Amino acid sequence: MELSVLLNQFLSGLTRAGVLFMLASGLTLIFGVARVINFAHGSLYMVAVYLSYSFLRLFGPGGMGFWLSLVAVALSLALIGGAIEAGLIRRIYGREHLQQLLLTFALIYIIGDAVKFVWGITPKSVSRPPFLEASIPVPGGSFPVYNLFVIGLAALVGVGLWLMLARTKLGWLIRAVAADIEITEALGVNVPRLLTLVFMVGTLLVGVGGAAAAPLTVGALGMDVEIVILCFIVVIIGGAGSLLGAAVAALLVGLLEAFGILALPQFAVVFIYALMAVVMIVRPWGLFGTPG
Amino acid sequence: MVLEVSQIHTYYGSSHVLQGVSLSVAEGEVVCLLGRNGAGKTTTLRTIMGLAPPRSGSVKARGREIGGLPPHAIARLGIGFVPEDRRVYPDLTVRENLLVVHRRGDGAGRAWTVDRVYELFPVLARLDSHKGGYLSGGEQQMLTIGRTLMTNPRILLLDEPAEGLSPLVVQALAEQIMRLKREGMTILLSEQNLRFATHLSDRAYVIEKGTIRYEGTVAEFEQNEAVRHRYLMV
Repeated sequence: MELSVLLNQFLSGLTRAGVLFMLASGLTLIFGVARVINFAHGSLYMVAVYLSYSFLRLFGPGGMGFWLSLVAVALSLALIGGAIEAGLIRRIYGREHLQQLLLTFALIYIIGDAVKFVWGITPKSVSRPPFLEASIPVPGGSFPVYNLFVIGLAALVGVGLWLMLARTKLGWLIRAVAADIEITEALGVNVPRLLTLVFMVGTLLVGVGGAAAAPLTVGALGMDVEIVILCFIVVIIGGAGSLLGAAVAALLVGLLEAFGILALPQFAVVFIYALMAVVMIVRPWGLFGTPG
Repeated sequence: MVLEVSQIHTYYGSSHVLQGVSLSVAEGEVVCLLGRNGAGKTTTLRTIMGLAPPRSGSVKARGREIGGLPPHAIARLGIGFVPEDRRVYPDLTVRENLLVVHRRGDGAGRAWTVDRVYELFPVLARLDSHKGGYLSGGEQQMLTIGRTLMTNPRILLLDEPAEGLSPLVVQALAEQIMRLKREGMTILLSEQNLRFATHLSDRAYVIEKGTIRYEGTVAEFEQNEAVRHRYLMV
């Protein structure tokens, strides 16, 4: 096999990993702190991609339009996430998982229909911003600069999240709530407000990931379920609640998918499921999760 | 009164745990709540804190009714809760454990800072960058007390601080709580360890089956063999 093909697949895999990481980090954060399994996470991604289409039409296709749209999508998703938490999810904290599952599963249908209602059934695509349209030469071919931008953005998001959790008081508060909600509230922290904020951060990440992924994908109905399954695989492999786990698992899944296509074009997804199965047998709590 | 609890009834599901508990703590006083396991000590403190809200009765902090408020609002009115099973944040360092809940109080008294907590518990200073989960039981107990002090409370609720600690550690802890008392801290302490509790306290309550059976000064309590024998089995 040619080196250029391998290099190309490697970079494609990294791009995919970058998008998956931005989505899965939000999912794992929400699970780790609020203990909510949000099945509607992929639906929010779909909304982010469609919103990118609308905001890019509003702000124009130039470089400025791209940045404005990215910020607008991220903020919109944070607001949507905050509204979902404060209006719905807040009512079911501490209830059995089945109720959470039913509620967030219902959201998949509600959001899916809302997207159909607002944007119709024709797929929507957006183009890359002009300043990132070029390709750079790589041995034996070329590679789009935009993909490198997505990889860099994902790395930036990861480092930023890590710094926030490790170095800021907000990060310590989030980790404190994840460790012990009751005591943290008894020490004077307004936990309900913090949980809303965590949801907003988690869905803001979906917004950034969705806006970044928009030029690489096509806004189409059904993309919500497809992506949410991959997000959950990433979270399960990495360990629920672990940011580092989400990063490593996103890399594994992204690269496995890219190279799997070379090995077995029709069945590339099999490798991902096989990896998940092995992890679940050897370390059921995930690579970087904690047992129990 | 810094804290005034009157006739509180608290249920866990259908079980009637507190059956009309009343007690009060005055400014600068150290009061202990004594009782066997399951007598209702922890539930009393959790009820005051809003973690197990009372079905009836009243809880007042410096004259203000706090029954029914959410725990974070009660904490912000100057009630500092130190849970029985320590519950430090295991993944946060000692310093982060202290800073994460730091809050300026109402300005009364000298404000608590990380340095002041380290002055009270010098062993924590050496563990500054260690994760809470790796500390010994005694160190974790000091960290939990220090963490609550960082919220600059007007009264400390200490739930069985001596439980599960070695005699030497209990002795050190008693000295540190004594020092807090000398500095004017108001404390409500639940304990099974009689010597530890009576050494520190001005007054004592004895709780049994969710009801206060005795109240008096520590001096009176120490004379009353019958009460100690009946309710505390010593």
